[in-house]
Amino acid sequence: MFEMDWHAIFQSRELLLTGMWVTLRITLVAIACGLALGTLLAVCATARSAALNAFARGYVSLFRSIPLIMLLLWFFLIVPQFLKALFDLPPTVDIRLVSAMVAFALLEAAFFSEIIRAGIQSLPKGQWQAAQALGMGSYQTLRYVVLPQALKAMLPVLLTQCIVIFQDTSLVYVIALGDFFRRATSIGERDGNLMQMLLFAGATYWLICSALTLLVDLMKRGRRSRVGA
Amino acid sequence: MDYHWNWGVLLQPVATGEPHTYLGWLATGFMNTVALTLCAWLLALAVGSLAGIARTLPNRFARAAGTAYVSLFRNVPLIVQFFVWYFVVPELLPATAGDWIKGLPPYTQFFVVSVLALGVYTGSRVCEQLRAGIEALPKGQRNAGLALGLTLGQTYRHVLLPVAYRTIIPPLTSEFLIISKNSAVASTIGLLELSGQARQLVDYTAQPYESFICVTLGYVVLNFLIIRLMGFVRNRTHVPGLLGQ
Repeated sequence: MFEMDWHAIFQSRELLLTGMWVTLRITLVAIACGLALGTLLAVCATARSAALNAFARGYVSLFRSIPLIMLLLWFFLIVPQFLKALFDLPPTVDIRLVSAMVAFALLEAAFFSEIIRAGIQSLPKGQWQAAQALGMGSYQTLRYVVLPQALKAMLPVLLTQCIVIFQDTSLVYVIALGDFFRRATSIGERDGNLMQMLLFAGATYWLICSALTLLVDLMKRGRRSRVGA
Repeated sequence: MDYHWNWGVLLQPVATGEPHTYLGWLATGFMNTVALTLCAWLLALAVGSLAGIARTLPNRFARAAGTAYVSLFRNVPLIVQFFVWYFVVPELLPATAGDWIKGLPPYTQFFVVSVLALGVYTGSRVCEQLRAGIEALPKGQRNAGLALGLTLGQTYRHVLLPVAYRTIIPPLTSEFLIISKNSAVASTIGLLELSGQARQLVDYTAQPYESFICVTLGYVVLNFLIIRLMGFVRNRTHVPGLLGQ
């Protein structure tokens, strides 16, 4: 058997923390932009307009039928050209990071929209009718009646999806972006202790994700008991 | 944008001198993706079924083992699992088994490792679906089976599982689709399946759009085939009077 050399890991802490910061930034951007776009898409999917419905359906099935790795490669191909055409970006901007953020934001919009759509459709029809009867317009109904309740009902599923995003960001490996996992493997290759770095990376992801999963479970249980009381 | 489209490049012979065209590479990649998806799916069904049943057994240790399996494999990113299966597991195995794996031709080694990584990971997802399917059955089913004098094994075999499996066909269809897309992660350890071929094609032809479009269509076709296959399975196995349609 082999033993973990904690000292070597501790010495690489700065690189690993920088990587974790990249991972977190992609995750946070994906969650923020994904939620905003996903809400819009969900509203489109539930709107009383065939064109908007079709657009939302097409968007979601397009993004969900492509493997994430291909999506990252696609956006790493397209985004740099767009950015060059649209803005005059300073060369300090990390084009890989921006590509990954755009890819994740657009993909997670598709996943979030499905979750939120389910939340909107799970509300009783009476909620809409009551709001209309009170004289609210469509926007007001969505903003003050439907979305707050839908988001609240969907919170555990949304949080679980956030954990999935955190794990999925490790796939930016394929565009050579230095996130936590990529940095862990390159440190392992540099120092000839790849095995140890892989186990360390796996353990780190496991600790973070199972702690978050536990929190989500506790929250679900807390809600159930409150409803039951 | 001044991209120079050249679809003809797909019919050109490959630059490595082998008797293939670039389209042939894509076809090989597609077949590898199909083979990997099917093998890993069978493994996932087997492992997931065992773990899913274990999580519903009265035995506390069986349940704990099932829970530990799901917790371990669902909370570590798939790419990390691929790397661990490829770089770490052969080192931790007894020397003979490790040497046997490392002695395989590289291509077989990539494939075997990918099937293991993808299958065991997806098994943890199948496990949760089957557990939900078994738990959704009325408690009376299990009790009635046991009261009739069936053993626990017979109750699962003849009462619980035949209904549970058929009710979870829709979520299993999603898992089947997800495993076909997750198979792309195998390209990171060197397997030349569809995504791996896409990157190789870009390196050799410098025509990224053509190859990416072909590969994306390949996945769309595969998704379509899986949906048709699972639709067929669902129609053949649906429980009379229990499910819609």
